[in-house]
Amino acid sequence: MNKKILATTSLAGCFGCHMSILDIDERILDLIELVEFNKSPIDDIKKFTKPVDIGIIEGGCCNSENVEILKYFRENCKILVSLGECAIMGGLPAMRNGIPIEECLKEAYIDGPTVQENKEHILPNDEELPLLLDQVYPCHEIVKIDYFLPGCPPRADLIWNALYALITDNPMEIPYEVVKFD
Amino acid sequence: MEKTNNKIRITIDGKRTYVTKGSTIVEAAKENGIYIPTLCHFEGADPKACCRMCTVKINNRMMTSCTTPVTEGMEIENDTEELNEVRKSIIELLFVSGNHFCPACEKSGNCELQALAYRYKMLVPRFPYSFPRKEVDASSPKIIKEQNRCIACKRCIKTIRDEHGKHYFAYKNRGQHLEVILDPVLGDTMPDDLAKKAMENCPVGSILYKEKGFDQPIGTRKYDKQPIGSEIENNV
Ligand code: SF4
Ligand code: SF4
Repeated sequence: MNKKILATTSLAGCFGCHMSILDIDERILDLIELVEFNKSPIDDIKKFTKPVDIGIIEGGCCNSENVEILKYFRENCKILVSLGECAIMGGLPAMRNGIPIEECLKEAYIDGPTVQENKEHILPNDEELPLLLDQVYPCHEIVKIDYFLPGCPPRADLIWNALYALITDNPMEIPYEVVKFD
Repeated sequence: MEKTNNKIRITIDGKRTYVTKGSTIVEAAKENGIYIPTLCHFEGADPKACCRMCTVKINNRMMTSCTTPVTEGMEIENDTEELNEVRKSIIELLFVSGNHFCPACEKSGNCELQALAYRYKMLVPRFPYSFPRKEVDASSPKIIKEQNRCIACKRCIKTIRDEHGKHYFAYKNRGQHLEVILDPVLGDTMPDDLAKKAMENCPVGSILYKEKGFDQPIGTRKYDKQPIGSEIENNV
């Protein structure tokens, strides 16, 4: 059987979802038999080198770079999966939604109780920095997403069941205990 | 259930049962081990039918089963694809109209809204998130009122009162700005047991008893292993 090609990325996430992928434990050996990784933090491939079957997205979109990478994934992956609460609904970074961006930045860099040294009241303004979006967006509000695997992080069994089904073209089994929002 | 004098015959999803005269459809179904999902309804308090979760179909019409009494020969559709889809869409609307960050919520695992989402297999709401700006009111000594998660079900208004029948919780504003708030004056002297009861009676994590944090390990909470409603279904 031809190996399916997998790619993964972490946008505005904490890498917890990627850790949960590793939590499939010894099944990782089975996974390696079934798939080949392309662009992913796991192998540090930065650019797609071939068309990808399944792209796994952790994290929502909080800045311009997240949007760019998400679109890059959509262009290069047949199937996109939103993995985890942040990809699905913005997650904890989206707690800033509804609060004007200026207010957020001021709280973080000027007025916050833990700010000590910023006498000139500088907000991060280096051109190299990606621009913050007005709010954090769930991935499916930016590009089309094909599957959603909730959890914070998603249970390893959910990830395994879903990946296995997608890789082997079988229907997905999702037992009650493995679909949780936390 | 046997037929006796105070019983009448109804069918739910084609299954014929005898139920107590004068009961509502929700109660009658429960008596027979059939679960009809509810959310705003609180057993023992007057049903208000504001969330519409318990929608069933009778004579091809959608009705709320928490307020509709059973009648002889009534034929009720409950666990159908169409109705479950209606229910799922209500749950999704509730999720997108507030700010439900379950991973950071004290009620997660014990929350009825979340449990309904699990039961009806919501993976992502079909509606766009509205991310409204809401306040957290921690001014009372006993309670934190977390407006991001309030679904305006009125359960607290109906069930949390003092010995003279005065309500601790009340509506503020109208329409999309409607909020359920804790009365600032009564809230100042709220007894401990009532504050705890308020947290319990709230289906979601909008009323938090102060100084109570995450005290139940994941895997041991109410809806970690068993779907909401299974306590009724397993009780035939
Ligand atoms: S109230 Fe329920 S649905 Fe809302 S964040 Fe808390 S656990 Fe999630
Ligand atoms: S605070 Fe809780 S019980 Fe009261 S209306 Fe809001 S959701 Fe319902």
